[in-house]
Amino acid sequence: MATISTLAYLVAAVLFILALRGLSHPETSRRGNLYGMIGMAIAIVATLFHHGMDIGGIVLILVGLALGGSVGAVVAKRIQMTALPQLVAAFHSLVGMAAVFVAAGAFYSPQSFGIGTHGHIHTQSLIEMSLGIAIGAITFSGSVIAFAKLDGRMSGAPIIFKGQHLLNAALGVLLLVLVISFVATGSPLLFWLIALLSFALGFLLIIPIGGADMPVVVSMLNSYSGWAAAGIGFTVGNLLLIVTGALVGASGAILSYIMCKGMNRSIINVLLGGFGAEAGGAAAGGGAGAERAPVKAGSPEDAAFIMKNAQKIIVVPGYGMAVAQAQQVLREMGDLLKKEGAEVEYAIHPVAGRMPGHMNVLLAEANVPYEDVKELEEINPEFAEADVAYVIGANDVTNPAAKTDKSSPIYGMPILDVEKAKTVFFVKRGMSSGYAGVDNELFFRPNTMMLFGDAKKVTQEIVQALQK
Amino acid sequence: MNPTDLANQATATANRALELAEAARRAAEAVAPVAQAAEPFLYLLTIFLMACFVGYYVVWNVTPALHSPLMGVTNAISSVIVVGAILAAGTADNTLARIFGFIAVTLAAVNIFGGFLVTRRMLAMFQSKKRG
Repeated sequence: MATISTLAYLVAAVLFILALRGLSHPETSRRGNLYGMIGMAIAIVATLFHHGMDIGGIVLILVGLALGGSVGAVVAKRIQMTALPQLVAAFHSLVGMAAVFVAAGAFYSPQSFGIGTHGHIHTQSLIEMSLGIAIGAITFSGSVIAFAKLDGRMSGAPIIFKGQHLLNAALGVLLLVLVISFVATGSPLLFWLIALLSFALGFLLIIPIGGADMPVVVSMLNSYSGWAAAGIGFTVGNLLLIVTGALVGASGAILSYIMCKGMNRSIINVLLGGFGAEAGGAAAGGGAGAERAPVKAGSPEDAAFIMKNAQKIIVVPGYGMAVAQAQQVLREMGDLLKKEGAEVEYAIHPVAGRMPGHMNVLLAEANVPYEDVKELEEINPEFAEADVAYVIGANDVTNPAAKTDKSSPIYGMPILDVEKAKTVFFVKRGMSSGYAGVDNELFFRPNTMMLFGDAKKVTQEIVQALQK
Repeated sequence: MNPTDLANQATATANRALELAEAARRAAEAVAPVAQAAEPFLYLLTIFLMACFVGYYVVWNVTPALHSPLMGVTNAISSVIVVGAILAAGTADNTLARIFGFIAVTLAAVNIFGGFLVTRRMLAMFQSKKRG
């Protein structure tokens, strides 16, 4: 029986790898997701046949699966695509919490996992267990904060106070002390103290990180949820948990790396809440600087006229598009322009939006074919040939100061070269600076036209003008 | 050297050998549980590191356009922690541990169904020009 379940776990692990492999192309991705589902089903069924399982237990498990499963299914069905980042954050928190509870289950019934008996759990298992609790609890509370920030239940502004890093470091040391005494004594009180302290630590680690850095945070918590699963896998000696945890952990780490590179910042810089402190001062200075040059503001009709005569149009969407829910009307505009004979493409910056690939999903939702959606390296050479760059809800990712101004906080960040297009439209609510608190000199260029207003409304008006 | 001395010496040597054997036995006993525990740990660690490499190479092949679905899938499969939850809920010898297991099963189930289904919804939206 043990051999069969081990084999089943192996098959599930391979299916999980194939699920990730499928995501290399949209065509194969749906099959990949299916592989993932099959793998999970195999893992669950194989575990239900585990030695020592009784009828009462199986009923309890099926009730839990049905209960949680129906909640999950309903949420997945109802959720709006613009709310995806907060949904993913919420899901990460559940993995973290589940890890803590599995660790608790293992602590209170060690013989079920073959790691010892009550009060006599193997030292090594206690070490692994404390790792599992700590990572799980940090993932939980960190994800709850990320969720609250992304969902607007909490201000996205970084929360920074004096001695923050010192406090975090002190709590980290305290956590280490607790873990050592837990391993030495195996006391239940210490078990829960480790959990509590880790909750506090997860909370404190995420509050100083600002809204636009959320792609890094979401990726990082994705990674943590994997390491938590692997930690539990070591505790209970289960290969499938270890393999899957490693896959997820590596995946999240790569995404965090890609997001940091997209901002030319180190992960440490993001975690310390880098932009937060600077944003306040720079924004105040920016207010005065905004008066310095005349800005050319245009009407949607003007924009429609120019775009009607354009051959090549590149649309640059940002988080503002998601907030305004402008993706559908944006696609309508694209379709009308294509009818006029123009070539329409979409340029996606790696950190546009609030989670990796956020813009791609929203454009896909609006039925934009994925061939028209281009990555930064691919599209940048094309801006020089473009007649129009239509920047909707993006700002910092187009700012040429990232290339020229060494003192700018965004210096070195790869940007979309919209300034090379013949005409640049900026759809914006006002003249405020972007997340990094830096003025965008593009607003003051002669070939730039500002279209002030809500992203959806402005685009709608352009669509109406194009239809005339 | 007379026979008595020789006999005494032989006895002393034999005793010394016995002592050494006893010490070796005690040392072996002390090491045994550690050795038993260490071997599977190294084995698990090896598999863990290999899986990290597999994850690394597979994920670099994921197209950036599908990074959101990637998070959806990884989130769903990290709920494989449900395996541990099921063991606690179904085989524990006390109610408390079973309750913890039950809560973990429920939380992980939200994630499994929610994660895979939301990913399926996302992927269904990615359409090619040819079909769209």
